[in-house]
Amino acid sequence: MRRIRTSAAVALAAMVAFTAACSSSGGSSPAASATGPVTLTWWHNGTTDPVKTLWQQTADAYHAAHPNVSFTIDPIQNEQFTTKIPLALQGSTPPDVYQQWGGGQLTSQITSGKLMDLTSSVSSWISELGATAAGWQAGGKQYGIPYDQHVVGFWYRKDLFAQAGITAPPTTMDEFNADVAKLKAAKLVPVAIGSKDRWPDAFYWDYFAVRECSTDTLKQASTSLKLDDPCWTRAGNDLKAFLATSPFQTGFLGTPAQQGAGSSAGMIASGKAAMELQGDWELSTMTGLVSNTDFKSKLGWFPFPAVTGGAGDPSVALGGGDGYSCTTKATAACVDFLKYLASTDVQKKVAADGVGLPVNPAADSALTDPTLQTVSAYSSKASYIQMYFDIAFPTAVGQALDTAVADFFAGTGTPAKIIQSVTNSASGGK
Amino acid sequence: MPEAHTTVAAADAVETVDGSKPAGRTPVRPARPGGLRKKLELTLLLAPALLLFLGFVLAPVGVAVYYSFYNWNGFGPLNDFVGLQNYHDAVAGPVFQHAIVHNLIIAGLSIAVQLPLSIGLALLLNRNLRGRSFLRLVVFAPYVLSEAITAVIWLLILQPGGFVDQVMRSLGLGGLIHQWLADTSIVLYTLFVVLTWKYIGFGIILLLAGLQGVPPELREVAALDGASSWQTTRHIVLPLLGPTIRIWIFLSVIGSLQVFDLVWIMTLGGPADSSATMATYLIDHGFRRYEFGYGSAVAVLLFIVCFAFALVYQRFVLRRDTDGALTRIVG
Repeated sequence: MRRIRTSAAVALAAMVAFTAACSSSGGSSPAASATGPVTLTWWHNGTTDPVKTLWQQTADAYHAAHPNVSFTIDPIQNEQFTTKIPLALQGSTPPDVYQQWGGGQLTSQITSGKLMDLTSSVSSWISELGATAAGWQAGGKQYGIPYDQHVVGFWYRKDLFAQAGITAPPTTMDEFNADVAKLKAAKLVPVAIGSKDRWPDAFYWDYFAVRECSTDTLKQASTSLKLDDPCWTRAGNDLKAFLATSPFQTGFLGTPAQQGAGSSAGMIASGKAAMELQGDWELSTMTGLVSNTDFKSKLGWFPFPAVTGGAGDPSVALGGGDGYSCTTKATAACVDFLKYLASTDVQKKVAADGVGLPVNPAADSALTDPTLQTVSAYSSKASYIQMYFDIAFPTAVGQALDTAVADFFAGTGTPAKIIQSVTNSASGGK
Repeated sequence: MPEAHTTVAAADAVETVDGSKPAGRTPVRPARPGGLRKKLELTLLLAPALLLFLGFVLAPVGVAVYYSFYNWNGFGPLNDFVGLQNYHDAVAGPVFQHAIVHNLIIAGLSIAVQLPLSIGLALLLNRNLRGRSFLRLVVFAPYVLSEAITAVIWLLILQPGGFVDQVMRSLGLGGLIHQWLADTSIVLYTLFVVLTWKYIGFGIILLLAGLQGVPPELREVAALDGASSWQTTRHIVLPLLGPTIRIWIFLSVIGSLQVFDLVWIMTLGGPADSSATMATYLIDHGFRRYEFGYGSAVAVLLFIVCFAFALVYQRFVLRRDTDGALTRIVG
């Protein structure tokens, strides 16, 4: 009964919103004492290994050291967070600790009044994490702590590149396009993409913008939400030219990015496509999708190629990070736990398991995977890391951008329309 | 069907309040011996259901209407009153317009394709054929699966180079292979096929139940009068199936207007909104973009469309069924 179930869900959602409206007035500060026994509810996106096991072990270790603090861990599939978090923050029982990507999304969530201001509790040690932690600030206050940082770039199969006669990864778009042609000639799928999820599409537009726009223009855009510099249109034109080379797998518009062996990540892991523009999390995603981990030794990584004539600094990277926020419901133990996650011990495990690049530089040495070492070396030399625009912009604007770029991939729209949809959404249009 | 209950109850209420039209029905008299007990009984029996209905149906609808007048991101206070702007934006927006058209296409195709198919299969399965129970079980099985499971199964089957493509290729139909979920002009029809696969069993079971209500004597009489099998079906069985068919159309159209789970899991409404429905549009804006005020406005529009259809259909189509014996059973 489609009908009954949908209406029940809508009714439930509305009720949750209703109770939230009634109860949101009593936003309290975190309970001062962490001495009594507390249970932290923890929502993270590690539904597959190695992340799932890593967080379980981390929680167990913390519990062993602090017997008063126990955990209820709830791994939630990545795509579910965008719908689960608003409901949870409107309700009276949000999780204590939850996945937080920072940026404009964080700013949107702060208006709920349910996010714990961590500024004073973390001021003594937050500087150890370097500039990355700034992505989890809003209005000069710290509302979340990252546990890893991310850089987007091309993951490729060395074996397939060799098969197509490509000796070195491309450094310019011209070389890239030539390699795409070589891969096609060798009857290989040059590039895999998970367009069903929309955000992988946006990575391409984002990166063309990063290559076309100066660092100052990029920094301004995240706050002003105005894309009137001609470089943004040039980014769209670059994308248009790139799409015209049809580099993607058949039916890419329906391919998910991370779910199942048929996803774009699964295609790289199983050697069905030669490369994919993805974050450094790609390695841990792939490990969860296929049982055979032989592919690891065949992987390589190269940064997004330079665009001839672009005003962007070629050493600027697109990235972001994963972090956690505490809600006002949580006790001080929550902040202490986040500190533990950023500690060198845990960070070394994050690095060693290939979950991501450690946010604590002291743990960089623990990166064992050679590909991740390449990514880490590149990111440490980056002059600026532009946060993916869908996260950097307020949620509505970011999602409007993703949708507009996805439409462009599907053959509708123009470079101007992408900019227009951002401007329109930023001014409150729907 | 809550709609049936409410409208019938409302009609009763009007009748008793104005009292001018007894219409052969005993008017309710107050102060009758045992009246208090009856009231108590009514309160006790009705209260739980009424509370649930108020709390989980009427109150949320009211709250959604309230939210829909605000520009609200779902967090914090409601302080940006925009009046009917959200409704205007939705109705004037091309994506929402397309979503409505997609819903209507699914509803239209349901009636044009699923109904004849259901009737045909139900008539077939009503005959005495070998393995009838097994066949009934088989056609009904997909309906038992949840919509999410159906979606995931078909997502795998329909992958490029997946099961469907392999089967078609081995049948020599390789030229007909399309990008089932990635081609903007095909994806909606792919989803319709999956919906049909899932819901055809429900239609068949409903119609089989309806067929039990066709008295065998009538068939016998028709046979004695020399009616062919087709004539019996056309002039005896189908007219008597009328009420069942009309109820099926009602359920199917309402279901088509609200279709969500399957679309969301299989395509997220994409690519480029080519499979967006009103419900996926609602979730996309309400939850993914944190536009809860706007999402509420879309929800209210969806409610209005469904409610209007339900009322009109009740008034003009189902009335002849509910006026008769059904009224006494339902009401």
